[in-house]
Amino acid sequence: MNEPGSTSMVWARGLRKEYGQQAGLVRAVDGVDLDVAPGETLAVMGPSGCGKSTLLHLLGGLDRPSGGELHLAGRRIDQMSERGLARLRREAIGFVFQAFHLMDELTAVENVELPALLAGRSPKASRRRAADLLDQVDLADRAKFLPSALSGGQRQRVAIARALSNDPLVVLADEPTGNLDSEATLEVLRLFDSLHAAGQTLVIVTHDSRIAATADRLISMRDGAFIDETRLTGGSTGQLGALAGLEG
Amino acid sequence: MGRVLLVCRLVGRDLRRRKAEALLLLLVITAATTTLTMGLVWHGATTGQSYERTRAVTAGPDVVVNNVSAGGLVPGLKALARAPGVIGHSGPYPVASAVLRAGGYAAGVTAEGRDAAPVAVDQPKVTQGSWVRPGGAVVERSFADALGIRVGDPVTLNGRLFRVAGLAVTAASPAYPETGYLTHNPALGNDPGLIWLTQADAQSLATSSQPLSYTLNLKLADPAGANAFVNADNRFNDGATSWQEIRDQDAKVVANQRLVLLIGSWLLGLLAVASVTALAGGRMADQSRRVGQLKAVGGTPGLVAAVLMAEYLFLALLAAAAGLVTGSQVAPLLTRASFFAGLAGTPGAPPLTMSTAGLVLAVALAVAVVASLVPAIRAARTSTVRALAASARPPRRTGSLIAVSARLPVPLLLGLRLAARRPRRGALTAASITITVTTIVAVLIYQTSKAQRLPGASAALDAPRADPVGRVMLVVTVALVVLAAINALFITWATVLDARRPSALSRALGATPRQVSAGLSAAQVLPALPGAIIGIPAGIGLYVAVSNGGVVTIPPVWQMLAVVLGTLFVVAGLTAIPARVGARRPVAEILQSETA
Repeated sequence: MNEPGSTSMVWARGLRKEYGQQAGLVRAVDGVDLDVAPGETLAVMGPSGCGKSTLLHLLGGLDRPSGGELHLAGRRIDQMSERGLARLRREAIGFVFQAFHLMDELTAVENVELPALLAGRSPKASRRRAADLLDQVDLADRAKFLPSALSGGQRQRVAIARALSNDPLVVLADEPTGNLDSEATLEVLRLFDSLHAAGQTLVIVTHDSRIAATADRLISMRDGAFIDETRLTGGSTGQLGALAGLEG
Repeated sequence: MGRVLLVCRLVGRDLRRRKAEALLLLLVITAATTTLTMGLVWHGATTGQSYERTRAVTAGPDVVVNNVSAGGLVPGLKALARAPGVIGHSGPYPVASAVLRAGGYAAGVTAEGRDAAPVAVDQPKVTQGSWVRPGGAVVERSFADALGIRVGDPVTLNGRLFRVAGLAVTAASPAYPETGYLTHNPALGNDPGLIWLTQADAQSLATSSQPLSYTLNLKLADPAGANAFVNADNRFNDGATSWQEIRDQDAKVVANQRLVLLIGSWLLGLLAVASVTALAGGRMADQSRRVGQLKAVGGTPGLVAAVLMAEYLFLALLAAAAGLVTGSQVAPLLTRASFFAGLAGTPGAPPLTMSTAGLVLAVALAVAVVASLVPAIRAARTSTVRALAASARPPRRTGSLIAVSARLPVPLLLGLRLAARRPRRGALTAASITITVTTIVAVLIYQTSKAQRLPGASAALDAPRADPVGRVMLVVTVALVVLAAINALFITWATVLDARRPSALSRALGATPRQVSAGLSAAQVLPALPGAIIGIPAGIGLYVAVSNGGVVTIPPVWQMLAVVLGTLFVVAGLTAIPARVGARRPVAEILQSETA
């Protein structure tokens, strides 16, 4: 018999995250079961405060669950030490945040190479990889620009390039288009589409149904629990903009 | 009126909300104002009055003549007693060099043989016990104080047992340890104590290798002309000392103490500026939402700046008052130091003058203004929207440091980048460490120079040497080190607060909490390194500048290196605690709050 979740990229059973006690108890994530297959793009949707960002933080080891079991690529991570989680984030996970979270004082290429440097790669190899990634996200000509000199869409593309720096097993995106206009949203969606096509596992948390429509599978969340699951075909390439309703 | 009330209310609430910070700030400025008060109070202090009093009660001589060898010179000394202008004398008295052992210590002493009957010139004033008797020694009070000798204690002189008959003061010699000023016997070291015995006992201590010398005390018709009498025709071959020289020797110690206090107070003042600047700068980041709220309800930039500065000015006022009270109370305690036991009565602390109070107040307020003005103006100029969003001041980018850091291990990479984000804070760290190391190096040079200047006659002489200047230096140094430690904590905490987002992000990207906390510590240690290195030449320069051509012996290189490494080690240790606390805050929480 296989180990739990050994064939899944992400596997969770009864995952819980609670804050407060007794009358003030809040169940941000309430007994969630989840399987994400390698190469799958999963969208998690729900209104603000439903617990989807908390779920993403749990999946990425940024927060510890109050209960349940969580595996990433066959490794149990819910009981992992801080050090182990740090290594996991550095080697297996890429984050994309709504607020981009780029270092203001670093240029685009310096931001992208940062995870590789933290992983102990050589400065030269880190820079080469960062330059390649910026080229992939079509920002090679903005490599020396500070984040303040980039548009929102460009910043998010830099953040996506940074998330890919260490060839992660899974990219976790938290409202990646939440701060972007339509045009920038389309740019980012195209990028995710190409990642999907390349077999990258993606978990995207969003409250925008147009973004969710591009995934292989959509999970709806409310009050910390999964209330619905739909298999989609949006992950296919082609009419992405039209599918997302972002093109006229 | 309403605005004043508003400012007072906001200041009061904020102080109550941040009691610990306010208390630390008060402590920091009070340390500077106390030392400054002591230095300024001492500016008017001299030992003059006490020496005059001692001269009066001991019938102090106008001139003391010492002859190293007695061979044929006693008649010459006796002839001196009849020289023109001399109206009275006592002696010549035999003086023996001896090693005194008491309370486990060994010390060189000059033992002066005296008559049991009182004399008209230089009759030491017995302050405790009785005057000399066979087998009974009278110990000069400041020397007894330094060695802890009491009346009735047994002491040995060159192995012979004596009882301490009494303690006395004299105007014929400076107080211990400067008594060596009048002796030139290298066998006793340069800081022999002074004791009195009967003439027979003193003579019995003489040996062939340590023969007797003689001392003669003269009273002149014109005491004010004692210096001219001594210097006329160079007839004493440096063997005579005027009462003015003895008085000035005592005063020199007080002047040196005063100098150390004043320099220390300025250094403490500079450290206080660094402390308050670090705290004010760190808090401004915290207060930016408060600034936005004030502006949103109609507060002008002037009102905002006033609110932010009033708190520091209020604390500075309190610190000035506390410093004035403490400094004026503590200053007289210095006069009770053993050095002054050599004088009849201690010099009373000069009164606290209006100019002293004004200067201390001005310095305290200046510290507050210099430290808080820039952050207050910056906050007042921040746009309301930006302040309400509590967005931090954009960090500085230093491309070369970022490029260099990419080649370093992760903690140093993070530390260098964090330090480069806020160069002003790094400069404060460096300045704080420079001041501390400067002081430590100056003290080290003082100790080394003292050891060089005053080599013991023999390793067997191990009596504690009263060192009033060194004692004041030690107090000032301890205060400086404590303040520098508080500074290191302030600055690290400000860095921790400012680096919340980059730290959280680094962890999200895979840095471990240990790497992040080591990075936060490194952000303090890196600027501390040049600060400590600069402190070495600065300390040497400071000592040379104030030594006024005196002996300056530079300590060995390993001692200097130990100071630098020790300082860096302490900084790393001190910053580890706030850095660890900062690095353990939940990543998700911080990144979420930045998104909100």
